[in-house]
Amino acid sequence: MHNSTLAKLSGELGAKKVSAVEVARYYLGRIASAKALNAFITVDEEKTLVLAKAADARIAKGDAAPLTGIPIAHKDLFCADGWRTTCGSKILENFVAPYDAHVIGQFKRAGAVILGKTNMDEFAMGSSNENSHFGPVKNPWDTAAVPGGSSGGSATAVAARLAPAATGTDTGGSIRQPASFTGVCGLRPTYGRVSRYGMVAFASSLDQGGALAKTALDLALMLEVMAGFDERDSTCMDRPVERYSTMLEGGVKGLRIGLPREYFNKDLAPDVAAPIRAAIDELVKRGATTVEVTLPNQHLSVPVYYVLAPAEASSNLSRFDGVRYGFRAQGYADLADMYRKTRAQGFGAEVKRRIMVGTYVLSHGYYDAYYLQAQKIRRLIARDFAEAFAKCDVIAGPAAPSVAFDLGVKAADPVQMYLEDLYTVPVNLAGLPGMSVPCGFGAKGRPVGMQLIGNYWSEALMLRVAHAYQQVTDWHAKGPKDWS
Amino acid sequence: MTWEVVIGLETHAQLTTASKIFSGASTAFGAPPNTQASAVDLALPGTLPVLNRGAVERAIRFGLAVGGKIAPVSVFERKNYFYPDLPKGYQVSQYVQPVVSGGSIAIVVGGAEKTVRLTRAHLEEDAGKLLHEQFHGMSGVDLNRAGTPLLEIVSEPDMRSAAEAVAYAKALHSLVRWIGICDGNMQEGSFRCDANVSVRRAGEPLGTRCEIKNLNSFRFLERAIEFEVRRQVELIEDGGKVVQETRLFDPDRGETRPMRSKEDAHDYRYFPDPDLLPLEITAQWIGEVKRSLGKLPAQVRREYEAQGVKAGIAAVLTESPANSQFVAATASATRAPLPLVANWIAGELMSLANEKNVELSALPVTPQRFGKLLDRIVDGTVSAKAAKQVLFAIAQDGGEPDDLIERLGLRQISDSGALEAAVEKVIAANAKLVDDYRAGKEKAFNALVGEVMKATRGKANPAQVNEILRRRMAAAG
Repeated sequence: MHNSTLAKLSGELGAKKVSAVEVARYYLGRIASAKALNAFITVDEEKTLVLAKAADARIAKGDAAPLTGIPIAHKDLFCADGWRTTCGSKILENFVAPYDAHVIGQFKRAGAVILGKTNMDEFAMGSSNENSHFGPVKNPWDTAAVPGGSSGGSATAVAARLAPAATGTDTGGSIRQPASFTGVCGLRPTYGRVSRYGMVAFASSLDQGGALAKTALDLALMLEVMAGFDERDSTCMDRPVERYSTMLEGGVKGLRIGLPREYFNKDLAPDVAAPIRAAIDELVKRGATTVEVTLPNQHLSVPVYYVLAPAEASSNLSRFDGVRYGFRAQGYADLADMYRKTRAQGFGAEVKRRIMVGTYVLSHGYYDAYYLQAQKIRRLIARDFAEAFAKCDVIAGPAAPSVAFDLGVKAADPVQMYLEDLYTVPVNLAGLPGMSVPCGFGAKGRPVGMQLIGNYWSEALMLRVAHAYQQVTDWHAKGPKDWS
Repeated sequence: MTWEVVIGLETHAQLTTASKIFSGASTAFGAPPNTQASAVDLALPGTLPVLNRGAVERAIRFGLAVGGKIAPVSVFERKNYFYPDLPKGYQVSQYVQPVVSGGSIAIVVGGAEKTVRLTRAHLEEDAGKLLHEQFHGMSGVDLNRAGTPLLEIVSEPDMRSAAEAVAYAKALHSLVRWIGICDGNMQEGSFRCDANVSVRRAGEPLGTRCEIKNLNSFRFLERAIEFEVRRQVELIEDGGKVVQETRLFDPDRGETRPMRSKEDAHDYRYFPDPDLLPLEITAQWIGEVKRSLGKLPAQVRREYEAQGVKAGIAAVLTESPANSQFVAATASATRAPLPLVANWIAGELMSLANEKNVELSALPVTPQRFGKLLDRIVDGTVSAKAAKQVLFAIAQDGGEPDDLIERLGLRQISDSGALEAAVEKVIAANAKLVDDYRAGKEKAFNALVGEVMKATRGKANPAQVNEILRRRMAAAG
């Protein structure tokens, strides 16, 4: 069962070949046996089975939707009513959400089952999943390697077949980079496609919920449920949701694939470049053409991102003050001391680093030089993409500069860690959709993902390209040997 | 050496929306703590703000009423600081691009009209409040008020005395109630002022200012400014220097004292709130609001004056929409001319309301009853003096004017037969006065009128008595 795609499982549930309870129990069993990967922060068998039983009742009544009875693992920053929602942080270690995020509500309406809450870098800040209060997640392809971050738990859950699909969020590459590192498909939709309501904010103008699964078809089925207008998120677009899963056919004939000059240079490891070039050749073989495009401000993306994301984070994380919920330090002298100790003890090092950077760039006297300047460059980066998309339909390139690195090697050097986001952050800065599609293996047999970047609202086209690729290759069907 | 006082006010007007500025929770006053705080107001992780259209509509009303400019695009920003009554750790406000800029308020002080210019008005959310009394050694947090919509109205430093500041605050208070954007309840904190006060010698540049926070009555505003001016003048005259700081007014001691100095001032790290889109206001929306706005107090005052109402009375009657509504309702229920209606409302009726410390509308004297009573003055049924008696009776126990006129026996005698008989009797009984009058003593005539009034227990129509008596005396002579 665990090697089945979501789509296949959906068919079997609908045909009553297997029950939702059986599926849930099966995956709960796999999760229990995979504790060493540390992919989950919270599993609640009782709650999961209640939902699975309800799904079975719905299937029995004959009003099942495609995701009815499908267990989904959720990144632990989606609030789910009655579920602990920690964001990988000590400060929310015991926080039980009293409401459902819009995304969770959508899955519930579709009859999907909450399988558990996945591990993540604290408040989604990290590219290796080493910044979790609940310990690092291991890459199922090689437990010496990181799974990437910040949706590392979700990526590992899908790669190790602990869940048919998972939700993630992508603020600077947090879906695409771990998808690349673990050999799964990951989709970050256009900013505003999926409501952020109930998704604990890291950087509001960059955060976007998305999904990780084995195939493009599975992602299409996930997105059909997750996307849609929600009046509780002012940045969510009121725009019809396409039937992505019915728009996958049609191939890539005549499609113009843009190859950014800045994505194929010395920063890209050769063992990553080779499978990506091979994947592009495969698409060309199927009728696509390539065109070189340029993103001249690409080199400014990481510095701009590491001004804007921390600025927003420094403010977004102010609510974690020990007053109303979450962790409060013991033994404080007065109010200021309570704030200081609570936040010093409740947040991890990387979160504190970014709060300090963000506070600095918003400070009087520095705001213009950092925050405003970064906003201006952000507009230039978006313009670069607009110009590129005048020449091509979709952009292809790497999702990460290398294959998964070993645990611990970059943990001590934040700048090295930040450079992991080189190929992903421009997409977030521009608000575009992006995907990572497994396309082979690099050094040490670790997976490589090809990134597809689409124009605004072109999820259907990107999924079509990925689907066409997956019809003629089988990289997406390969799993880590211990787990597939 | 004469000192010039320079005052600017920042006023927080709580808007009359039923729900909060960024959440659906109720804004009603006085509910048990934290029963009107939604997930958004509590700043639970993952919650997001959604702007209340009604709050924006009220800001537009204000902008139009003061002749300000409504920004086609304004921006909500975050003002970051930590305090337990501020659940998100930032207040959503407007900073660089406010929704309203410019405009002015006309005030009258000592008979002279003056214009106070407005700098801007911006939308923001209120904080919650801390409860220190109920919990021994701890403070409670009540977030019912958190997220209540406020319009912060900032004036230019155009006022030159405490009296002008009070006149401005009163005019503003009257305007926001008039246009229905704020209930003006100062006890509940719906309308509160911060005063920026500085002093300078005539002709010198502006002095260093101090800000006095949270003045929630006109009297406190006046006393606080007067104290602060005295303090600053004495300080400078003694060779000291005013330090820029925020001060609090202690009404019990009648003095201001320092709260925090400029050095302690927070760096609020304002930046545009990424959870809210820029606020766009179309010309069409402004047009709709304009059409719904109705007449403004200055306009109504001019109309009253054009119909013969005295300026002072017109001003009083346009202080609140309730007053002018009462005028309008009465005017449509009576044949009495507007100046008579206005004089009676501004005089007798308002002093009755003041005595009872209620609004006009709360008196048992409804516009219908009052209009009827004025009709009875105009048609000669009762004298003005008798009408007052009727009015007091209605104010006391209610009742209809016609019933009360009969019951109290106040109907004026206008029946000429009855009056002529009364005149005959008085002439017969007062031969001396008749002789005096005929001898040329005009005073005796008035005495005779008085006798007729006495004989009819004040109910005779004095004009008619006059006429009959003159005719009778002339005929007999």
